[in-house]
Amino acid sequence: MEQGIITAIRTVPLDHYVLLSFLLFSIGVAGVVFRRNTIIILMCVELMLNSVNLLLTAFSAYHSDPRAQVFVFFIMLVAAAEVTVGLSILVMMKRNVDSVDVNQLNRLKG
Amino acid sequence: MILASLRRKLSANVAGGLATALIAGSFVASVLLFMGFDPTSGGRTVKLLDWIDVGGMQIPLALRIDALSLTMMLIVTGIGSLIHLYSIGYMHDDERAPTFFAQLNLFSFAMLMLVMGSNFLITFIGWEGVGLCSYLLIGFWYKTPEYNYAARKAFVMNRIGDVGVVLAMVLLFQRFGTLEYASIMDMASGVNDPLLIAATLFLFIGATGKSAQIPLFTWLPDAMAGPTPVSALIHAATMVTAGIFLTVRSSVLFELAPFTKDIILWIGTATALLAASIGLFQNDIKKVLAYSTVSQLGYMFVALGLGSYSAAMFHVTTHAFFKALLFLGAGSVIHALGGEQDIRKMGGLKGHIKITYFTFLVGTAAIAGLPLLSGFFSKDLILAFAFQRSPVIFGLLLFGALLTTFYMFRLLFLVFYGTYRGKAHPHESPLTMTIPLMVLAVLSVVGGLLNLPHLFGGHEPMKHYLETAAAGIGYEHLELSALTEIILMGITTTLVGFVIYVAYGRFVKTTTLEGEEATMPVFKRLIAQRWRIDELYRALFEKPYAWLSTNLLAVAEKKVMVPLMNGVGDAAIRVGDVVRRVQTGNASFHLLAMLCGLILFLVITLMSN
Repeated sequence: MEQGIITAIRTVPLDHYVLLSFLLFSIGVAGVVFRRNTIIILMCVELMLNSVNLLLTAFSAYHSDPRAQVFVFFIMLVAAAEVTVGLSILVMMKRNVDSVDVNQLNRLKG
Repeated sequence: MILASLRRKLSANVAGGLATALIAGSFVASVLLFMGFDPTSGGRTVKLLDWIDVGGMQIPLALRIDALSLTMMLIVTGIGSLIHLYSIGYMHDDERAPTFFAQLNLFSFAMLMLVMGSNFLITFIGWEGVGLCSYLLIGFWYKTPEYNYAARKAFVMNRIGDVGVVLAMVLLFQRFGTLEYASIMDMASGVNDPLLIAATLFLFIGATGKSAQIPLFTWLPDAMAGPTPVSALIHAATMVTAGIFLTVRSSVLFELAPFTKDIILWIGTATALLAASIGLFQNDIKKVLAYSTVSQLGYMFVALGLGSYSAAMFHVTTHAFFKALLFLGAGSVIHALGGEQDIRKMGGLKGHIKITYFTFLVGTAAIAGLPLLSGFFSKDLILAFAFQRSPVIFGLLLFGALLTTFYMFRLLFLVFYGTYRGKAHPHESPLTMTIPLMVLAVLSVVGGLLNLPHLFGGHEPMKHYLETAAAGIGYEHLELSALTEIILMGITTTLVGFVIYVAYGRFVKTTTLEGEEATMPVFKRLIAQRWRIDELYRALFEKPYAWLSTNLLAVAEKKVMVPLMNGVGDAAIRVGDVVRRVQTGNASFHLLAMLCGLILFLVITLMSN
């Protein structure tokens, strides 16, 4: 990683990254749990993943250890795959129940 | 060569011929083996494969060929071949004949395993196998419920004995760390250990089950429910001698446990007398022979108890000849009369079925111990050993022998002499049935030559042959002077002759038939009802067991177990009813629950640090 970027990252204290990441993650969780629109839920999942990515990058820069960034790439890759699956399910859901409301899918009710 | 004698095939159509050919082939293989075997080498063990190899326990699937197993192999395959041949005629109009032959062959296989096994476990496989086949064949005519009861009775009684064998194996393994006969016998010599007494006692319990001794003998007479060739093969010639075989096999152990030998001696004597007395008043031709078998097995055990293993094996051999002959003869009579078994409805058959009559006469004479027939030599050998031990035992056994003579000649006279009292038209059996009869008759006559005593110019070849395999035989000594032996034989023969005369007067001159049991005097009725031993067992074991079962059903089952089990079920249903509500099917709710759980875990983990 280029030295300038590292310096730029380090201008912000680590605590702030952690805090920001935590906030983003919480928003993601809240979105997944409380929203009913499946598209929003998928986006919130992405949000959570990216908050973790952010944290990993920040730590990577502070510890001068590029290994964490390898994880980031993996996460992005998996996230891309996950989104394709998720969106396919979404399409099927739209076709079958004509809605993207996650609460429509309650056939497993005990 | 060994595999040749093990080869067994099931077949459908030509079952009889094929089965006979197979077992005859086995017999030929056994004879070849016998010819090529050098008794002085002491025996060979042929290991086929490692069967069980767990931790310190190594049990190979191995066969042992030595004088003892060869003797038994010759008996099993030889008599077996004749009986297979006989069965072709006897079973020709039975629709399940192929099944019959398959089971008969399975039996022969199991019996060969039993006698050829090189360790207790292999023998035990055969032991269980013959028990199973016995069960199958007794219940062969499964449409009659009583026959099924008889089969089950035999099976259960045998199981009791089998437990004894298992326990003995466990004890021996614990003590010696192996189940191989040869190793155990090597290690055991000189050991003086109460454990040996326990082990031999357990072995003996097994032997009482298989060889129908007190207290487990009641199954054998009932086992006559099976087809007659089965009675001849399994319940007279081979399977019932398994207990004796096992004892001779472990003769070294028994030599080290004199206490067990005494018990064997007395049980053998008691069985011989008890069974002989019951035989006096039976009216079913096969039942008489069955009790006679039990009684003769008693004699063999007496010989074992006296430490005279060669005499026991000798009697096993001659008994196999003449008892198979008698059973097959009885089968031929039954066949001739179209299924009639009650001797009160026979009589005067002498002229109708000549071959059967003549061979049956030879068999009867042999079992009664008329001089120079096979039974004479083997029984007199046992009697001589008994006399050496104590005149009391000799007296009891002599009395038993006289009873044997009496009931056997009663049977002979009632069946073949006098006037015919039945209805069916008697006809001679086909050649397949009469040939085995004739062969066995010849064997019954000359069987004594196998172990001709010194007195008659022989040198007891069978004893010396067997000595190479069963070390216990080396301990036996017969130290009676020639004069004593002659006197003993003289006494026996005279009394036997006298008893035959009495029987002749009673059953030929004035045919005396037993009336109904109710009209008999008390003591006689008791004997005729087989000393009421079946009833005794019923009262002792069956009733308490039934009582226990009934009460357990009423109390433990209905009052305790049922409410308990139903309670568990009800509780599960109720809990399920409550918990079911959690499953809303709402994805968000589930995720929330998951999150809460996750946080909970996190908190707990952090707190505990």
